[in-house]
Amino acid sequence: MSCPAASAAAIVSLQTIGCPGMDAYLRPLSLDAALAMLAATPGCQPLAGGTDVFPARAGAEVWLNRDPRPLLDLSGVAALAGIGETPAGWRIGALATWAQLCATPLPAAFDGLKQAAHQVGGAQVQNRGTLVGNLCNASPAADGVPPLLTLGARVELTGPAGARTLPLANFLLGNRRTALGPGELATAILIPPPAANARSGFLKLGARSHLVISIAMAAGLFTMEAGIIRDARLAIGACAATAQRLPLAEAALLDAPPDPARLLPGHLASLTPIDDVRASAAYRRHAALVLLRRLVERLA
Amino acid sequence: MTTLLLNGAAHTLASAPATRLSAALRDECGLTGTKVGCDAGDCGACTVLLDGAQVCACLVPLAQAEGRAVTTVEGLAATPLGAALQAAFHAHGAAQCGICTPGMLMAATDLLATTPHPTEAEVQAALGGVLCRCTGYRRIIAAVLAASAAAVLAASAAAVLAASAAAVPAASPAAGSPVGITPTAPQPGAVGDSIPRLDGLPKLDGTERFGADDAPADALWLRPIRSPYAHARFSIGDASHLPVRLLTAADVPGRNGFGIYPDIKDQAVFAAGLARYRGDCVAALLGERAAVEAVHWADLPITWEELPPLTAAAAPAGPALHARWPDNILTTGGLRSGAAPAPAAHTAEGHWTTGFVEHAYIEPEAGWAERHGETIHVHGCTQAPYMDREEVAGVLGIAPEAVRIMPSACGGGFGGKLDVSFQPMVAIAAWLTGRPVRAVWSRGESLASSTKRHPASIHAAAGCDAEGRLTGFTFDADYDTGAYASWGPTVAGRVPVHCMGPYRVPYVRSQARAVLTNNPPSGAFRGFGVPQAAIAQEMLWDQLADQAGLDRLEFRVLNALRAGDVTNAGQRLDNSVGLVECLEALRPHWHALRAQRRTTGRRRGGVGVACMWYGIGNTGMSNPSTMRLTLAPGGRLTFHNGAVDIGQGSTTVLAQIAAEALGLPVSALHMVLYDTGLTADAGKTSASRQTFVSGRAAQAAGEALRSAILLRANAGPDARLTLSDGTLRVNGEALHLETTLEGHGSYDPPTVPLDADGQGVPYATYGFAAQLAALEVDLDLGTVHLQKIVAAHDVGRAINPLLVQGQVEGGIAQGIGLALMEEYLPGRTENLHDYLIPTIGDVPDIETILVEAREPLGPFGAKGIGEPALVPTAPAILSAIRDATGAVLRRVPALPHRVLEAIQNGH
Repeated sequence: MSCPAASAAAIVSLQTIGCPGMDAYLRPLSLDAALAMLAATPGCQPLAGGTDVFPARAGAEVWLNRDPRPLLDLSGVAALAGIGETPAGWRIGALATWAQLCATPLPAAFDGLKQAAHQVGGAQVQNRGTLVGNLCNASPAADGVPPLLTLGARVELTGPAGARTLPLANFLLGNRRTALGPGELATAILIPPPAANARSGFLKLGARSHLVISIAMAAGLFTMEAGIIRDARLAIGACAATAQRLPLAEAALLDAPPDPARLLPGHLASLTPIDDVRASAAYRRHAALVLLRRLVERLA
Repeated sequence: MTTLLLNGAAHTLASAPATRLSAALRDECGLTGTKVGCDAGDCGACTVLLDGAQVCACLVPLAQAEGRAVTTVEGLAATPLGAALQAAFHAHGAAQCGICTPGMLMAATDLLATTPHPTEAEVQAALGGVLCRCTGYRRIIAAVLAASAAAVLAASAAAVLAASAAAVPAASPAAGSPVGITPTAPQPGAVGDSIPRLDGLPKLDGTERFGADDAPADALWLRPIRSPYAHARFSIGDASHLPVRLLTAADVPGRNGFGIYPDIKDQAVFAAGLARYRGDCVAALLGERAAVEAVHWADLPITWEELPPLTAAAAPAGPALHARWPDNILTTGGLRSGAAPAPAAHTAEGHWTTGFVEHAYIEPEAGWAERHGETIHVHGCTQAPYMDREEVAGVLGIAPEAVRIMPSACGGGFGGKLDVSFQPMVAIAAWLTGRPVRAVWSRGESLASSTKRHPASIHAAAGCDAEGRLTGFTFDADYDTGAYASWGPTVAGRVPVHCMGPYRVPYVRSQARAVLTNNPPSGAFRGFGVPQAAIAQEMLWDQLADQAGLDRLEFRVLNALRAGDVTNAGQRLDNSVGLVECLEALRPHWHALRAQRRTTGRRRGGVGVACMWYGIGNTGMSNPSTMRLTLAPGGRLTFHNGAVDIGQGSTTVLAQIAAEALGLPVSALHMVLYDTGLTADAGKTSASRQTFVSGRAAQAAGEALRSAILLRANAGPDARLTLSDGTLRVNGEALHLETTLEGHGSYDPPTVPLDADGQGVPYATYGFAAQLAALEVDLDLGTVHLQKIVAAHDVGRAINPLLVQGQVEGGIAQGIGLALMEEYLPGRTENLHDYLIPTIGDVPDIETILVEAREPLGPFGAKGIGEPALVPTAPAILSAIRDATGAVLRRVPALPHRVLEAIQNGH
């Protein structure tokens, strides 16, 4: 059996376990090695915390559909670890977990993201799941997306030709679809320096208290001067194929004290919620406005 | 190869690097204390510590454990903190079936290592990722808080015992109750004493063996093939290209059918050409595990022709699903009582619907079989070993005596493990091959294939006079019984008898039909259809009480059944009708909670009340139990107990009863537990019957052995027995035995079958209860926030108040799920992140009040508690939502969008 990864192994620093096939498992120890393996093994599935990869496989196996893709385990790539401040802002590496985020001292602008992190699955998932993985999984109900949208996050994609960055809204193309190209890995989330006095929050609505997929969620980030909102960013998740910023709602809040009553149903016209097992579309549209108004109250 | 530090020692594992850590621990290391409940991070049963932090081992590829420290439940006892947690879990009754316990312990260890003195909220946050279906979580929270407070308990067995002795049951006696709780028992384990469960320790250290934990190393692997369609014709072609054997209908040696009723064996082991629900088994792969797991759906030589599925609404006019029931009506039960309704000053009526509810035991079905000559042994999780024996014998075409059922520990049942699942398949495969054969359902398979609670569509109406006395009640319901009969006839029989609730109603017309559809088979689920009916009944009472200007609780007191009343089935209840005592015990809580509730603002408080009654044991039919005690010449005293303990505590309770009747302490008993080769038929663990029926048998066995001893010793009835150092003493005189003395006890509750009008004596005794629910409703989002539940239960006599309390709390948690979040939709909620059951944060503070209106037929006055605990919870919650908002919920679960819609429609 030919083993493309083996040839990659000859030229880069890596640790290869098995060949691509039923049980292939690739574990590069550098980003270059990871990219080389990805190029040499089309269709392999990147793996970090495993909190989305394994559940999807379990679901498919119920009906004897075994995912044949080899796993590309990125956990050995030190360059992808950590959360750090750079001159350009903050960098959340592809291996950074929700729990690490919560344990990292960060400006108040990140409070909403941390509040979301505390509500992703249970503690077990928070200890393993990564923020970048949450984006790559591209669920409409991904808890990380609304707060990251309000932070103005960009996604760093690294491929054979080097790195590029995309605004998060452009990275997420739809339900389970991203702008990741062939041979590319999402290597980090980049967040521009937030205003020093920015404050943020997150509200999640579900049918039980823990381990719940959102019916709807809202994230907000305000920068205020003397009680007047000078920058307002609002985002809603689980009410469209991807979470969305709401420019009309944001504009309605600008240059005034925080006032929930300024938010109107028409400001949410861009949402396209669906009926599903968790709630009706009409309810989601209604709940999104309620959550946004409560965020305004909370951040006032 | 992966090398990791496992429970403090370096281990090198050969499993493939992509192997889930949970599978590597279990399959390669033999550390089966780490349980697999979902393989998707949804249930937390596989929680282990990875470098000290809790993770789901099912989400960790083995390769990522390289060089890291992994701690499993097997490693806990060696640490003071782990031992303290184990002791606290034991003492507080925090483990029932035990399947979630390792995960809970690991999550708690992570918490207490970093937060030695957590708040309750911190406990909930840390344990929020582990699901428990038995306990209702409150005992678990108490145990973690106690362990944190008493981490000084040393890591020794003595600590466990000390903690056990210190456990104080939180259940409080009913204020003013004529009976109350028995005072502190004279010796540990006496009737009335809250001893920790006798089978509890293996649940805490990972040594308990559940269905998936034990099988011969050379066992073949069996994997069912299930229909992905709700209704489809199929044909199976040549399977010779498969690397494994494909078992089909043609391979069934005996009758290709099973079912609960002796005359209804309508569900095929392997369907023959027609699949009637999504999940119906059509064939099975059989071979070496790796070969079986490599087979892909596309490899299967099965051709499908999808057919339109039959729904409950269309069933009566639709094509017959089974030739035997041309109108798709499996059975109809009814009751007629009273000639005509009395004149009513007030009337109320309504329509209610409920959905499929999944048992969601955290242990999916699993077990194995092995042929021994012309007999077969079947191991695994079950609630009904003797019924399994009949089913296995039937499909093999052999005598029941040639089948031995050897139950494993059962990781939750709730009615869902009364029907066979893996048993016929592994038995057939083992019979045909002569090899041991095992099977383990995945969570998705379990959800798709197992029985559910019947969805009900209920129309009910009632009236009362100007003073609030009920004048009449009518009830007409269709229960969607799914594709096969299962327990559908039982539900249709039990519902009409119960649906008016425990009240004096001069006129009742009730009917329940079990309707066949292309949905999952609806079977037995804690309450057999009564929880659905109670929703309609109690919602009507609230409306009538308001119209009559009566307090809702007093309306129920006014109408409650009392001792001496005759039920609508024509049965006179002379004893043990403790409903009024339950309501009176709740009254001060009712007024206090109502006074506290928030009546302004956008978050509005409400308090609800609901009652229930529940017949203990089978409906109007024989359901005997037999127990046996032996005393051997060497002084070994053995209790042969065939009642399966699925976590509810029968092993402990029956031992307490037997020991009390015998006059020796529980600690003197050796146990031989549920094995059809060793123990007599105690009947199934269902219908809340084991404490009452098997309890009476255990009491009789104890008395019989005592009589035999006293006769042998020529001693009087009050003689004092002691047993120590292998010597039995009667009034201090050693009794030397040459042969084994035996005490047999059997009991079959006296009932009279129901006639066509539902008249008879359906049950020998009934449990009664009333519950309060206090909650707040978010008027803008429709979300419901439970604050407190107060539960008053007449259990006749609490043999073990701690275990009774555990049943009450666990039943309430399932009632919360029924009311607020659980709805199984085939093909859409086949996992535990789309099918929601309550988490640790969803069960509020529960106060349990035990009322003991002694049942003369019961062992030391006891009745049952398993199902009664669940029945009143959902109606009490709906009552409270109505109190808070004015909204009458017509459909459960009351998901936020439904509550909001009801609020908007109600105003």
